[in-house]
Amino acid sequence: MINSVGRDIPEEVLKATGMKPFAGAYARHNEKYTKAAPTVRGVVDPKESKMVDSIAEVLKKCEIKDGMTISFHHHFREGDLVVNMVMEEIHKMGIKDITICASSLGKAHNPIVPMIEDGTITGIQSSGVRGQIGEAISTGKLKGLAIMRSHGGRVRAIESGDVHIDIAFIGAPTCDCYGNMRAVGGKSDCGVLSYAYVDAQYADKVVAITDTLVPYPNLPASISQVYVDYVVKVDEIGNPAKIATGAAKPTTDVRKIMMADYCTQFVINTPYFKDGFSYQTGVGGASIASTISLGKIMKERGIKMGLGLGGIAGPMCNLLKEGLIEKLVDTQDFDLTAIESVKENPNHFEITASEYANPMNKGAYVNQLDFVILASLEVDVNFNCNVVVGSDGMITGAQGGHPDTAAGAKCTIVIAPLLQGRIPAICDECTAITTPGETVDVVITDYGIAINPRRQDLIECMKDVKLPFCTIEELRDKAYAIVGKPDPVKFGDRVVGVIESRDGTIIDVVREIKKYEFED
Amino acid sequence: MEVKSTAMAGTLESSDAQVTVEPGTGIELSIESSVINQYGKQIRATVLETLERLEVKDVKVTVVDKGALDCTLKARVEGAVFRASGYSEDEICAGKKLPWGGAIR
Repeated sequence: MINSVGRDIPEEVLKATGMKPFAGAYARHNEKYTKAAPTVRGVVDPKESKMVDSIAEVLKKCEIKDGMTISFHHHFREGDLVVNMVMEEIHKMGIKDITICASSLGKAHNPIVPMIEDGTITGIQSSGVRGQIGEAISTGKLKGLAIMRSHGGRVRAIESGDVHIDIAFIGAPTCDCYGNMRAVGGKSDCGVLSYAYVDAQYADKVVAITDTLVPYPNLPASISQVYVDYVVKVDEIGNPAKIATGAAKPTTDVRKIMMADYCTQFVINTPYFKDGFSYQTGVGGASIASTISLGKIMKERGIKMGLGLGGIAGPMCNLLKEGLIEKLVDTQDFDLTAIESVKENPNHFEITASEYANPMNKGAYVNQLDFVILASLEVDVNFNCNVVVGSDGMITGAQGGHPDTAAGAKCTIVIAPLLQGRIPAICDECTAITTPGETVDVVITDYGIAINPRRQDLIECMKDVKLPFCTIEELRDKAYAIVGKPDPVKFGDRVVGVIESRDGTIIDVVREIKKYEFED
Repeated sequence: MEVKSTAMAGTLESSDAQVTVEPGTGIELSIESSVINQYGKQIRATVLETLERLEVKDVKVTVVDKGALDCTLKARVEGAVFRASGYSEDEICAGKKLPWGGAIR
């Protein structure tokens, strides 16, 4: 069946998953539903200790068995040791048919690939995957379907019962003996535990894994003892050097600086740029450069940001410190400055992933965004974006908050260099669609800026602004003139992954990759 | 143009291609590319066109492409073929034996 972004969703996938095809970014507005609930074991006897000696033992206590769904968070990013540690024990016990429901998976988790191959892991649900796990899925090694969800979409899926978590394993930088978890004060600080909160609320069994046990009570707790069954202390849960990097040096790439300047000029010429505006940006070179140049103009004009949202990096914290941002609202920390800031600055707040981006709660923070600055691997001529599947057809990225913030913000800006090597970022058709074009307003490239024709209001207010505006088709033509028109990637027939829209419908599928052969 | 020995041009840097030519019978072409899925056909067409223009009929060509543009691919094929053509380095460097504006465009 062809969905509303023009992608063909095979009937057998709709049937096997019970999901519906994507019908528009706001199609489920006002819809009522009943939330799922976990099965809870009451801890009535105050003499019960929650402390357990090892992962192996806690798995037994949680009655791990074939076919279970277990969950993890990705706040430790490429420094995460928890997923591999738990999966290794499960593998040793000979358990099969596990579904991993993680907020994201990365290259740090390459060691679980053999477990995909031997049937220990048969389902993966994640914001995305990189490295060898992506290759394993794209080459058809995962027995079940991989499901890619946005950060908001994952919360929605768990709260609505689309996925039920049997055991949640939550890596906690600090924890007390009764399960109060914090993301600061330990050896592997990650700043916040936003993504893990829904796991704690909705999983049947919740296990805190920490390398820094602190005196009771560990307050203010990101995740409270009332959700936690067991606490396990291990030697280390993360590699600090890979969890958070030092302050990223501002980019010196003139192409990125130019795109950042275009972005800032665009932002300040919209009607949304006024005192108290709200803003989210990523951690790419151009995003960071645009935050810095926007900061300068805010200072000059005496305009303050009311809300800075999202995954937070140093430059936003610096604006907070300088008093140019009233409040920073945080779901993930990308560097040490951000971790330090959330720890120290009273105007830097931790929120849950549901508060951040869940489309089916009663209004997430993304809905209050004026601007979001995003990146994209590909943008098609209908402004649809792809942030999950590489142009070669291999799964290699994550939805993250991309579709959530795009849907929420009044002005969604995508920055993408027109060419990455020979690969054009602006194309006729994306290899896969993760973010619908109806939610993307502007595409900024190094060769020009295209405003979505759906946004005649923005086109009108840019009428006298000196920026290199053109149509998205012109951008595509410029790209193709330099690198040639790419052939569409040839896929096999088998669907290996579903790209779930944040509202739980199917926006696209990913098919098994096929080895390239010349036709004649 | 005749390929008399083995020669190479280009690097394995991103956006470049490394082209190796060896004496052979007929045209034998192998292509490895980071963008093979999208540009395999165009890369092959560009290499074959360049060989035809240089009137190379017997050669074994190995292309390891890292996303080079067509102009880069052409230059690397030309470079490899001339290095294999038996002219001395002095002759090539002096530009005497190179048909600039003719076969080399």
